[in-house]
Amino acid sequence: MRQAAQTIIPTLIERDNERILADWTACQKREGVAARGQISEAQLGDQSKRFLTELRQGAAAGTLDDLSGPEWDGTRVLLDTVAGERAVQGFSPAETAVFVLSLKEPLFTLLREEVGNDVETLARETWAASLLIDKLGLYTIEAFQKSREEVILRQQEELLELSTPVIQLWDGVLALPLIGTLDSARTQTVMESLLERIVTSSAEVAIIDITGVPTVDTLVAQHLIKTVSAARLMGADCIISGIRPQIAQTIVHLGLELDVVSKATMADAFALALRRMNKAVTDRAQPKQSGE
Amino acid sequence: MGEIPILQIGDCLLVSIQVDMHDQLAMSLQDDLTVRIVGSRARGVMIDISALEIVDSFIGRMLNNIAAMSRVLDAVTVVVGMRPAVAITLVELGLTLTGVRTALNVDKGLAMIRRIIDSEGDLRAGRK
Amino acid sequence: MPVESSETMPVAHSGDVVRVRQAVRTQAVAVGFSLVDQTKIITAASEIARNTVDYGGGGTLQIEMLREGTRRGVRLTFTDQGPGIEDLERAMTDGYTTGHGLGLGMSGAKRLCNEFQVKSTPGQGTIVTLARWR
Repeated sequence: MRQAAQTIIPTLIERDNERILADWTACQKREGVAARGQISEAQLGDQSKRFLTELRQGAAAGTLDDLSGPEWDGTRVLLDTVAGERAVQGFSPAETAVFVLSLKEPLFTLLREEVGNDVETLARETWAASLLIDKLGLYTIEAFQKSREEVILRQQEELLELSTPVIQLWDGVLALPLIGTLDSARTQTVMESLLERIVTSSAEVAIIDITGVPTVDTLVAQHLIKTVSAARLMGADCIISGIRPQIAQTIVHLGLELDVVSKATMADAFALALRRMNKAVTDRAQPKQSGE
Repeated sequence: MGEIPILQIGDCLLVSIQVDMHDQLAMSLQDDLTVRIVGSRARGVMIDISALEIVDSFIGRMLNNIAAMSRVLDAVTVVVGMRPAVAITLVELGLTLTGVRTALNVDKGLAMIRRIIDSEGDLRAGRK
Repeated sequence: MPVESSETMPVAHSGDVVRVRQAVRTQAVAVGFSLVDQTKIITAASEIARNTVDYGGGGTLQIEMLREGTRRGVRLTFTDQGPGIEDLERAMTDGYTTGHGLGLGMSGAKRLCNEFQVKSTPGQGTIVTLARWR
């Protein structure tokens, strides 16, 4: 375990801050850190400056081979922010890590100039610096991954929102095609928006299509039943369509009472809805003139 | 008369509940309606609850009572305008409105009353 | 469970039931409940408030705003010194009523809340606690 006092790295960073920053920036440019243009040179420069400050403080107060201590809090927070931004901006993990890793070159150069004639010390310091920067690089990649996962999760949720729109099939007939696995919270939200639409469209019939739902468990089935009951209380009727054989079996097996009309396809359900509203689809009376 | 106005549209009575009713008000509404149904020989009673944010078991009981009374007096009761949040809560509460028909709004409610009355073969002149 | 704020009000006659609904609404909105959640807890409060008036001989309601980390909630405690509930289990079943009600007050209110607790001693009184979380 290295003692904080035994490395000259923090001293070097403080003393030659400008130069390290300049050399590091040159390295970053060469490695293409800001090549995508999503981050300006000024922003990059600002992040680099802040990182050097945190690094100096961390290295001065804490140990170089363990980043979990409170002395490295500031550094970790900064890296979390940088990695998070890069993830959102669409950078790759490697591009993000290079931000940190490219600091090696200027640091090693400085070390060589400072203690070049003392082989022992040079080897020790270079090793310590390399280890530290590797650790910081790895931490950055992990922070990046975490941020990426959050972005994906959020996108999934938005996709789910889009995949359950309420559609108006006809005057007074709504359809809600449910797609994907339904969890309790999402089902509740979806059902509430269906009921809202029933009010705003004055729809007397709502067709809930579950063709795209792989499994229906007790909880989801209960939500469906509650929604149908609520719609009835409001003055509308529901038809469930798209019940596949497996789901029919599950429903019977679970002993659920589906007290609602169900049809195999949405087409059948739509036909029933029209009948309920005393509407019919007929052929046009007049044939078109030849030549249209 | 209580504070809730009862309007007459043709052979229908329309009640629009706009306030958060306390129990006495609900009771007097029930009584007022009974008197008015008999007095106007109404065939339909429409209760508009689109302004109600809360319907608890007491109000539910009131609606059921009104429906039961109307039926005895040969009138149809339709409750219109129930809000989604109210409907969801009533289902969770386990409350069923027995003998109460429901419609989305006043227009559909009137049409429903019309359909039911007409299908009973009402021969009174001037009603269409 | 950290209580952020607390408010007490009488629940003595039927006019108070309306006031209870209004007070609970104010708290529910302040805590940020969705419209459906607001409706559920206000309706539950209305049921228990009415029980307190009709069967408990009147009592009090304490409304507490709760915060546990990022979770926020509302807790309602209805207290009366009435005759108490003889058969608690029966009182909690749907359809059971000693009066003219639909018998849904307690069991229904329980379904509308996340937490529901009844403490009753025949001859001494009843305490009903309900809570709903965001």
